[in-house]
Amino acid sequence: MSAINSSEIKREFVRSKIGLIGIGILGSLVILSLVAVITIPIDTFKQWNNPGSWISYPKTAVPEWVNYFVVEKIPEHLIMNNPATVTKEGVITLVSQQFAIQYYYDDFPSDFIYEFNAEYSGSHLLQITVIRPDQSQLLLLSKSLPYSDTKVIHHERIFSTDSSIKKNIHLYFSEMEFYNQNTASENIIFANMDGKVLKGDYLFLMNIYSVDKKVNVTDSKLILGGKAYGMMGTDELRRDLAVGLLWGTPLALFIGIAVAVGSVIAGLIYGVYSGFKGKKTDEAMMRFNDVIYALPALPFLIILAATISNSIFLLVGFLMIFGWVGIAKVSRSMTLQIKTRQYVEASQMMGQKNSKIIFKHIIPQLLPYAFASIAISVPAAITTEAGLSFLGLGDPTFPTWGQILHDANTYGAAARGMWWWIAPPGIMIAITGLAFVFIGNALDAIINPKLRK
Amino acid sequence: MITLLLTVALVGSNMDIILKQSVVYQVRAEITENPTISERFATVEEFDKFVQEQIDQRIQTLGLDNPWYSPQRIGFTMYKILILDFGNATFLTSDSGSSNVSDILLEKIPKTILLFTTATIIISIIGIFLGALAGSKVGSVIDRITSMFAVVSSSFPVWWIGMLMIFLFAFTYHLFPARATPSILPTEPDYILALLYHMTLPLITIVMIGFGAWAYLVRNFMVGTLQEDFITVKKAIGINKKKIIYKYALKNAAPPIITILALSLSGSLGGAIITEAVFDWPGMGRLYFEAISVMDLPIIIGATYVLTVLFLISILVADLLYGYFDPRVKTE
Repeated sequence: MSAINSSEIKREFVRSKIGLIGIGILGSLVILSLVAVITIPIDTFKQWNNPGSWISYPKTAVPEWVNYFVVEKIPEHLIMNNPATVTKEGVITLVSQQFAIQYYYDDFPSDFIYEFNAEYSGSHLLQITVIRPDQSQLLLLSKSLPYSDTKVIHHERIFSTDSSIKKNIHLYFSEMEFYNQNTASENIIFANMDGKVLKGDYLFLMNIYSVDKKVNVTDSKLILGGKAYGMMGTDELRRDLAVGLLWGTPLALFIGIAVAVGSVIAGLIYGVYSGFKGKKTDEAMMRFNDVIYALPALPFLIILAATISNSIFLLVGFLMIFGWVGIAKVSRSMTLQIKTRQYVEASQMMGQKNSKIIFKHIIPQLLPYAFASIAISVPAAITTEAGLSFLGLGDPTFPTWGQILHDANTYGAAARGMWWWIAPPGIMIAITGLAFVFIGNALDAIINPKLRK
Repeated sequence: MITLLLTVALVGSNMDIILKQSVVYQVRAEITENPTISERFATVEEFDKFVQEQIDQRIQTLGLDNPWYSPQRIGFTMYKILILDFGNATFLTSDSGSSNVSDILLEKIPKTILLFTTATIIISIIGIFLGALAGSKVGSVIDRITSMFAVVSSSFPVWWIGMLMIFLFAFTYHLFPARATPSILPTEPDYILALLYHMTLPLITIVMIGFGAWAYLVRNFMVGTLQEDFITVKKAIGINKKKIIYKYALKNAAPPIITILALSLSGSLGGAIITEAVFDWPGMGRLYFEAISVMDLPIIIGATYVLTVLFLISILVADLLYGYFDPRVKTE
């Protein structure tokens, strides 16, 4: 604890491997949060708990990269936004949106949805046809768009469960052996003669026929519901877990660092003041410290979160209430030691103000310890917040990793084998914690030479 | 005492609101059940007035007209707690159906002791020996592995490891049950066995996460002790190394270890709220969480009281033991 100056600490720190690893991890986490903040707009993130905004995503899809490790390829979730548009003018104008799909997976898609906006007046006919790899062509749907005298924008979603699609499929396939009234349409469209998946190139044609009036189709989208999606897969509520995990990083860093810095500063000042004043002030302040120390932290945090508010900023404050106690104790005893040094006594005799002595002579001595305790108390803050969120007491406007785990638990992810929902948030919590523990340990080893080899 | 005052202060106001609402609900329900009451009134205003009077009257009999912070009510609550009369729970009941808070607590405490205290004891035994071993060979492979394991395991939340363990061993390999509550009744002869079987998975999880930090602490104390002069002297005399470590060094490193042991044993009684929630273990932690989520004030107060008292007792015991093992602190 004796005189170590900052340049010495820096030199020692650079030499400790663990500390550098910690800094490395922390650096990549910071980069990750920057990437999250820049690439994913906060509006997307605010919609996390709004099921409506996730409707075009698949339900409980595994991450896409799983396909590299399995023999039977899992169909990926395909959202096709840019169809090739062919327009034929004549007596009957045809606007044809064509979606080409290379389907080489070993399982059927879970569904398909065609979504479009059409701007038109008059009456028009929409036909959905699919050309399969064996060159057979089937008409899935033929329906007229609602008639309108004036120009309207018509928005429609056509689902694979549509009854007329079912009827058309029945016409084509009723002689097939595997055909069954209850088989889902997509399981027939993508099937060969034996009812297995027919691999190859499919072409979906969305044709709109109209007599002399023009139709303008925009935002035409074919969603082929798969069972694999994105980097991290999706959860029961169709949410893209990558978004939640990425945005969890800045939040966790914010919670951890804010709580640690706040409680260390509070504890440091409290302890130093108490130790410096001594006598009755010291006694009274330390008794108050003991009272807080005897409070059971987690139950109280739960009561606070449940009764007062679960806003993330207040939660940071609550965590600070229980964070500063230990630091105050240690910094008090350190102050008691430093107080007896001659230069402190000398400046006291010279009549310097107490505040000046504290800030100039005592606190700088405690700074290395303070930095180490900041680093060490970050993981505890992050895991405690995650624990509170896991119990369902988190801030719903800022979903953290703990809340993803809470949802995973409520939807029984463990029982259903959805590892991609359980494992990544916990690993992220652990990695973030590790980074700070590494840094803290490296600092600790420098300021406590006794622990060194 | 202050802990309890704080608890009452935090939960009291919400509790009053809930109780008042339930009174209002009760009165309304009685009136709808009994249509003759409403027929007696000519106008709506008169009827509303009657209802309001009824509600006020009941609130007064329950003593709810004074706010929760009024001296009589706080004093009464505190007095009752002091004589260990926690009253009846508002919503929760024990498994046997009793709603007496003491009954509920007495039913849950043994379960928590069974799981968490067992785990703490196992953790400390493994931790002390591993720590002593690592501390005696600073820089060796064992030391590095122990330190590394301590750091890594302490940054994982126990309950998350619990979820993973449930996922792996309960649903993928079907070795252990996922819910930790046995499905058979406590009266059946195999109940103890079933309970132990259900306990395995949480026990393994807690021990796995816990012993690393313990070993690391013990290791650090040992490193400090082994640098002291008397150990060097003993080495110089030529006393067996094992004997030095386990007899002399460990004994000298004992005081802080015992303090931590006492604290963690009393802490284990509270169970871990989240771990119990994950494993569905019917102990104190889950009781606490359930009580907080339905705002069952008597149970919250009772559980907090028991835990705080135990905590204070263990601090006292730890202090006394410290004095016994390290006579230097006795003289002041």
